[in-house]
Amino acid sequence: MPTCRFIPVLSITGLLGVWITAALLTGDPRILPMPFDLVPGFVREISSGELPRHLGATLVRVLWAFVLAMGLGLALGLAMGRSPALNRWLDPWLVIFLNLPALVLIVLCYLWIGLNETAAILAVTLNKVPGVTTVIREGARALDPDLDAMAKVYRMSWYVRLRHVVLPQLAPFVIAAARSGVAVIWKIVLVVEFLGRSSGIGFQIHLYFQLFDVPMVMIYAFSFIAVMLLAEWVFLQPWERRVARWRWA
Amino acid sequence: MGIPATLGAARGPLEVGVIAVDIRSKTFGGNAVLGPVSFSIAPGETVALVGPSGIGKSTLLRIVAGVDTQFRGTIARPGAMAMVFQDPTLLPWRSAMDNLRTVHRGLTRQAAARAMAETGLTGKEEMFPGQLSQGQRRRLALARAFAGQPELLIMDEPFVSLDAETAETMLALTENLIAHHRPATLFVTHAQNEAERLATRILTLVPGPEGAVLGTSCQRFRVREKHTAG
Ligand SMILES: Nc1ncnc2c1ncn2[C@@H]1O[C@H](COP(=O)(O)OP(=O)(O)OP(=O)(O)O)[C@@H](O)[C@H]1O
Ligand SMILES: [Mg+2]
Repeated sequence: MPTCRFIPVLSITGLLGVWITAALLTGDPRILPMPFDLVPGFVREISSGELPRHLGATLVRVLWAFVLAMGLGLALGLAMGRSPALNRWLDPWLVIFLNLPALVLIVLCYLWIGLNETAAILAVTLNKVPGVTTVIREGARALDPDLDAMAKVYRMSWYVRLRHVVLPQLAPFVIAAARSGVAVIWKIVLVVEFLGRSSGIGFQIHLYFQLFDVPMVMIYAFSFIAVMLLAEWVFLQPWERRVARWRWA
Repeated sequence: MGIPATLGAARGPLEVGVIAVDIRSKTFGGNAVLGPVSFSIAPGETVALVGPSGIGKSTLLRIVAGVDTQFRGTIARPGAMAMVFQDPTLLPWRSAMDNLRTVHRGLTRQAAARAMAETGLTGKEEMFPGQLSQGQRRRLALARAFAGQPELLIMDEPFVSLDAETAETMLALTENLIAHHRPATLFVTHAQNEAERLATRILTLVPGPEGAVLGTSCQRFRVREKHTAG
């Protein structure tokens, strides 16, 4: 359906239209610059190496926090979904962590561990683990007991069972958690950088916030959004299609 | 053939056979489902388990298979077991061939293809279970059961909810496979004709004072020419 492919392009164009109109009405490029006003600054930041350096620093933090949060959340969610006893013990913790503001965890991590990389990544991870756990726990509760019995009768090893029986059933939940995970994690990473790091997109935004430089704030923000969109198209969506292949066969 | 009477009498039924079942009791939240139930199955024997609905036949099978471990008693079971469930319980995300080879890790492609050929599934190796008909999925479940050369085969109403014709085909197929591979077999059925055709012995669960027990009057031994001769 060609019209369907067109819709995202049209909607982005519409958004640009709104931006341009707003910029015209504002009439002050220091408060809201035109989209094309950002291009020279963007080129300058790239050629000086500043933008790639900070982008890289943020990406590394996002990746670490993502892998850690997904791994811990998967293990915890699976354990809690399968063991009602463990769930009764850990559920109150989960509720507390789910409702702890991100800022509180970040500040406490910096205060207790220090203004370093470990504290930054730990703060982001701790923010995301409860959400992943909750989603995966739902999936673990919906696991097919008949397949479980089958795996037991045929004495499948725990690894084979996890890889071929459990994870395929959890796939939709893992994808949902990964989706919302990436989106939330990079926003928290920016806050963490804003508050206590000397590199990364969040640090640069902090810097240009103090200089009241709206165009530079926008350049850094948009660069990172673009990278995250690219990750979605290049990694997440193809992975999702691959995992769901059998459904459409 | 049944257990030799002298052996059974001298050493107790638990000392012989591929599997020795000695359940003292099984309860679900204070509800006694199974009372003392003990029996053993000799190599090559096919035992039908019958009884009224809700008496605990599936529960007994799950205990024997090792799926349910919450009971009092002991079970001695062999290394290679297979179970055919009421539903095919295949992995929908793996091809037919991979369904066999994921469950039986050592199985070569040739051996898996042979197991599929035995159940009339040649040419369906690369299809996903969702692309097979209901009857073909059941055949695949049978192929999976026999591909591991089980010493003990357990089946819980394998032909239920099939139309008469398909049930007959599956019954004949199962009969052949059992004759060929000769595992010890324990299966639950509601149909008298299934029990008579497949089984060398029939066990009946009857209500007892503390959960179901084996009914002695209905426990009978038969000699089947076809299986015992092969
Ligand atoms: N997970 C469970 N929790 C509580 N009670 C159960 C559970 N599974 C089975 N029961 C009870 O145990 C009894 C025996 O159930 P089971 O499924 O073994 O019967 P069955 O002989 O296989 O019946 P059918 O011929 O209808 O399949 C039933 O009364 C059932 O309600
Ligand atoms: Mg049953």
